[in-house]
Amino acid sequence: MIPINYYIILSAILFSLGVVGVLVRRNALIIFMSIELMLNAANLAIVAFARGWEINTGKPFFEGQIFVFFVIAVAAAEVAVGLALIVEIFKSKRSIDVDQMSSLKG
Amino acid sequence: MHLSEAVNTGFFFLAPWLVFAPTLGLLINLIFGKRFNETMIGTVASLASGAAFIVSVLLAWSVAANNGEVVRWQLAEWIHIGTLQLDWTFRVDSLSTTMMLVVSGVGTLIHIYAIGYMHEDVRYKNDVGRYRRFFIYLNLFIAMMMILVSGDSYLMLFVGWEGVGLCSFLLIGFWYELDTLGRPSWANSNAAKKAFIVNRIGDFGFLIAGFIMFWNLRSLQFDQVFAAAEGASSGVILAITLFMLVGVAGKSAQIPLYVWLPDAMAGPTPVSALIHAATMVTAGVYLITRSAPLYTLVPQAQYIVALTGAITALFAATIAVGQYDIKKVLAYSTISQLGFMVAAVGMGAFVAGMFHLVTHAFFKALLFLSAGSVILGVERGHHHAEHAHHGKGKKGKKKEEKHHDDARAEEHGEVFDPNDMRNMGGLRKTMPTTFWLYMIGTLALAGIFPFAGFWSKDEILADAFSEGFTLIYWLLTIAAFFTAFYMGRQIWMVFFGEPRHAAAAHAEESPRVITVPLMILAFLSIVGGALNLPGLHTLTAWLEHTIEVHAGEFVWSVALISTVLALVAIYISWLVYGRNPLRAGETDPLKRRLGAIFTVLENKWYVDELYHAIIVTPFVKISQFLADVIDWRFWHDWFHETAIAGTYNWLSRIVLNRDIDQRGIDAVANSLGTLTQWLSATLRKIQNGFVRSYALSVLLGVVLIIGYLILK
Repeated sequence: MIPINYYIILSAILFSLGVVGVLVRRNALIIFMSIELMLNAANLAIVAFARGWEINTGKPFFEGQIFVFFVIAVAAAEVAVGLALIVEIFKSKRSIDVDQMSSLKG
Repeated sequence: MHLSEAVNTGFFFLAPWLVFAPTLGLLINLIFGKRFNETMIGTVASLASGAAFIVSVLLAWSVAANNGEVVRWQLAEWIHIGTLQLDWTFRVDSLSTTMMLVVSGVGTLIHIYAIGYMHEDVRYKNDVGRYRRFFIYLNLFIAMMMILVSGDSYLMLFVGWEGVGLCSFLLIGFWYELDTLGRPSWANSNAAKKAFIVNRIGDFGFLIAGFIMFWNLRSLQFDQVFAAAEGASSGVILAITLFMLVGVAGKSAQIPLYVWLPDAMAGPTPVSALIHAATMVTAGVYLITRSAPLYTLVPQAQYIVALTGAITALFAATIAVGQYDIKKVLAYSTISQLGFMVAAVGMGAFVAGMFHLVTHAFFKALLFLSAGSVILGVERGHHHAEHAHHGKGKKGKKKEEKHHDDARAEEHGEVFDPNDMRNMGGLRKTMPTTFWLYMIGTLALAGIFPFAGFWSKDEILADAFSEGFTLIYWLLTIAAFFTAFYMGRQIWMVFFGEPRHAAAAHAEESPRVITVPLMILAFLSIVGGALNLPGLHTLTAWLEHTIEVHAGEFVWSVALISTVLALVAIYISWLVYGRNPLRAGETDPLKRRLGAIFTVLENKWYVDELYHAIIVTPFVKISQFLADVIDWRFWHDWFHETAIAGTYNWLSRIVLNRDIDQRGIDAVANSLGTLTQWLSATLRKIQNGFVRSYALSVLLGVVLIIGYLILK
């Protein structure tokens, strides 16, 4: 059986990839994908911890897994809103470069 | 006993209406009274008071039906703190119902009388709008008096105590912008303030008694206090009872706090009868009777109370001899009679005190109201005479007409005083009904057999005699002698002889609305003695349920001595005033004979002057010192002007120059501005609009927070 730590490490790697993606890419779609990556890294960690709890105590821990479903549902909703925003922005600016959306600067 | 069983056997549930009925009456007059005419206003107020009387009768019947058992009807919770539980509870027992009957019964008659009296009074004083206010105050007084007598704790009693004090103040100062002669002045308003302030001194005593009671006996509810008092040290009880006596001296006008009552005659006559003779001033007697279980524990306090009452009775009776104002004579007579009651309850003769309280309410209300009728009659006569003189002018223009010179008025000073007995004389012909009513009141007050006053006063004297209070017995007997004398003097001066003034010659009898209540009171003054006839002891048996009593015996020698003394006194008064009636402009015959002694009595033993010298003047001096020297010269002139403003100016002059102001202070202010500008210019660069830099900030923040949480 694969140790729990491996899942945690994988989750950390995925999360870091997501962070780097958000920070360095300018394409809004890529940034969205990176955010999804971070969310799923978190999901992976949650499921891994739930499983770890089950192994240690011998009792199933469904809350962790159920929680992941919530996260997936929320992420889907968020993507729907976000993509709609991107489409609207693209209509007016003909671009989805986030650095061009800087009209609110101080 | 509490609620449950009592409810089924009687009208105890009506108890709150003792207070609600008059309150309702005053609210109706307050809200809708503007649209009512005078009769309507008076009827509403009288009905409200009459409803309270009916409730009182039903309550008394219920108490009798319950064999005099105490019923406590709780209306509302009031103060619940720890073990202290004070509620608005109506205490219905034989003592409180006796007071309720007197207050609402006499009160209702006086309401009816006032319909007629105030009708004329507001016209003489040119302010018809004040008619409604008078009845609102009267209803308020009845409500407050009911709270006082029905209270189940000293605190509830105190609420009523203060409430009636307020009504007294409002009604003494009813014509606050005039004096007793109707001239513009602050005299009435000062009389009201005097009553209020002197009563404050008494209330202070009552409050201290309440505090000591609460601190040592841990309650203010009557039964709990009396139960706790059994085990308390006698020093505590002595302190409570003596401080309570201060309160009694204030409210019931005893030495040394009686000085407000004569001045209280500034109020309209129905007020003098209701508040300052029949009901409110007897509250002190009621308080002592209610506190009988406390007073019987400390005989020293009882003796002090009895002595206070007896000395007051004699002292006030002597002053009454030297007064010319018909209402002032009755005022001092009231103080004297209150002294009788206080002496009685002080001796432990609680029934005798309550008996005299009830009969006194009848005959003194009768006397005051008849005096009011006399005053109105003389005022009518005055108008009549004046109009005949000038042949013009219309009613209700008195104030202006006062300044017209009247040949008679000039002899007696600037204005005509309808209260002055020297302006009266011969009124028995012009006002026969009032004369007979006044006679009945006089005979009752003088203690002539078989009128009410004879029985009640005699019971007090007999109790003093048989209980061995020799000094008090003699003080009261001499006071009774003077009582008969000054009442005889009043009768001869007012009703006999020839009119000494045109006003008296033209006096007219009062209308029925005034005389009918008087007739009822006169009837009560005649038969009131039947309440507690020797041998029957009805009142004794009635009050026995509430307080410890002993049936007073009838002592023939005492009755004989007091009756003979009263008759002798009336005879002497006839010798002095009746045989050769006073003529207009003459000096009082007693003054001619007694000289300086009479002058002292006329000036009320100079007590007001004494109080003025030892209390008022130093008080004013201290106030002036505080105002002129401390407040104005020290605080304002020196501290504010010199110390603070001066220092400030001096400092400003130092600071206001180029070096300190512009280079120092301005530089600090300017550099603050520059700093803020630089800071904002720098900080706005963070807000660059790039989403990714914001994301980086968030990331750094999260890393910092998590790092701190992990590493801490």
